[in-house]
Amino acid sequence: MIKALVAVFLAAILTENYVLSKFLGICPFLGVSKKVNTALGMSAAVTFVMVLATAVTYPIYMYLLVPASLEYLETIVFILVIAGLVQLVEIVLKKYIPSLYNSLGIYLPLITTNCAVLGVTMLVIEKSSPQFGYLHALVNALGAGIGFLVAMVMFAGVRQRLETCDIPKSLKGLPITLVAASLVSLSFLGFSGLVDNMLG
Amino acid sequence: MAEKKKYNYLKEVTKGIVKENPVLCLVLGTCPTLAVTTAASNAIGMGLAATIVLICSNAVISAMRKIIPDKVRIPAYITIIATFVTLVQMIVKAYAPSIDESLGIFLPLIVVNCIILGRAEMYASKNPVIPSMLDGLGMGIGFTATLLLMGSIREILGNGTWFGMDLPGELQILIFLLPPGGFFVFGMLIALASKISGKKPPKAAGCAGCPLAGKCSVQKCEAESECEALTESAEKGGEAV
Repeated sequence: MIKALVAVFLAAILTENYVLSKFLGICPFLGVSKKVNTALGMSAAVTFVMVLATAVTYPIYMYLLVPASLEYLETIVFILVIAGLVQLVEIVLKKYIPSLYNSLGIYLPLITTNCAVLGVTMLVIEKSSPQFGYLHALVNALGAGIGFLVAMVMFAGVRQRLETCDIPKSLKGLPITLVAASLVSLSFLGFSGLVDNMLG
Repeated sequence: MAEKKKYNYLKEVTKGIVKENPVLCLVLGTCPTLAVTTAASNAIGMGLAATIVLICSNAVISAMRKIIPDKVRIPAYITIIATFVTLVQMIVKAYAPSIDESLGIFLPLIVVNCIILGRAEMYASKNPVIPSMLDGLGMGIGFTATLLLMGSIREILGNGTWFGMDLPGELQILIFLLPPGGFFVFGMLIALASKISGKKPPKAAGCAGCPLAGKCSVQKCEAESECEALTESAEKGGEAV
């Protein structure tokens, strides 16, 4: 049981990294990764919302939509729940934990339209089986968030080095960033098969 | 609007294809662009699905632009878009299950595709129905064309086929089908587009087109946010009085 959970967690971080191998959440990955600080703040907020959203949408799907055979409403229900949830988190943080709000709050509005969050909630539904229950879903969401964090922070480091480099004119800005992202994702390919071999 | 704006209908369509190409110039919708372009046929499927959603949601949002209150407009837009995405999803599942399988999760994820929300916010919320639909059509064609270009490059280089047809020569550079190849081809295409148009390549991914640009303060400088905090506290003080 614990072994399976660890495998799910590590796979979500390394081999199935949501940004670098599933292409989810590319917008913040390219947009907010200029500095390590902002990258950390954004990914902490994303991790938090991912776990919370999965915690809420999984029961909604299993105990509301499935019994009523309304599975086709998944998309519309999930995005509305996430939008509402993000708003709620923003209000609660602002009121009760202002210090956390100051560091994470500015990233929250961006998260509603972050496809990684919606992606995680839908992928865990797709994966769900008797062997992959609520706890696995939560661990998967946490791993996805941490994976996002690892990718963002690593990439922010790479980008800070790029700033001082002499780059051909047409490659300046986004193109060179994408080429750098390509190299970072290449390094993540090296992890493929690792988790299965380690815990297989 | 005091004076009636004249719309050049042809221009509304063509601007999305070249001048304001949503993927290469505005850098919107990067996730599906990278994820589904491993084959040319996937690219067409994704492009068509997004185009249909874009035209329909632009039409409805533009028709309702005077009814939707400003404060709840983003949730309202998302609901409208999600409705059309669900419709398209059901149609694709029923009539083209193979496309549904290869697009996988990226079909429902059209909901959070920034192109659609971005066009709703930038165009449909300010313009009448017909130009909005044409804008959606143009942007959709631009999106589809770019996806097709990228899908073709990746399929030809990575798999040695095009639309599943075998091409002469033994060209199979697997890396182009893997994630790194996606990032690389996309970067090179943007560089090429900026070289041809003579403009500077975009600095960062779609902040200009991001519907939350006004609300988001990630890119703001410190002085600005301080200034905002001051005005906010001043406002609160005013309320207390």
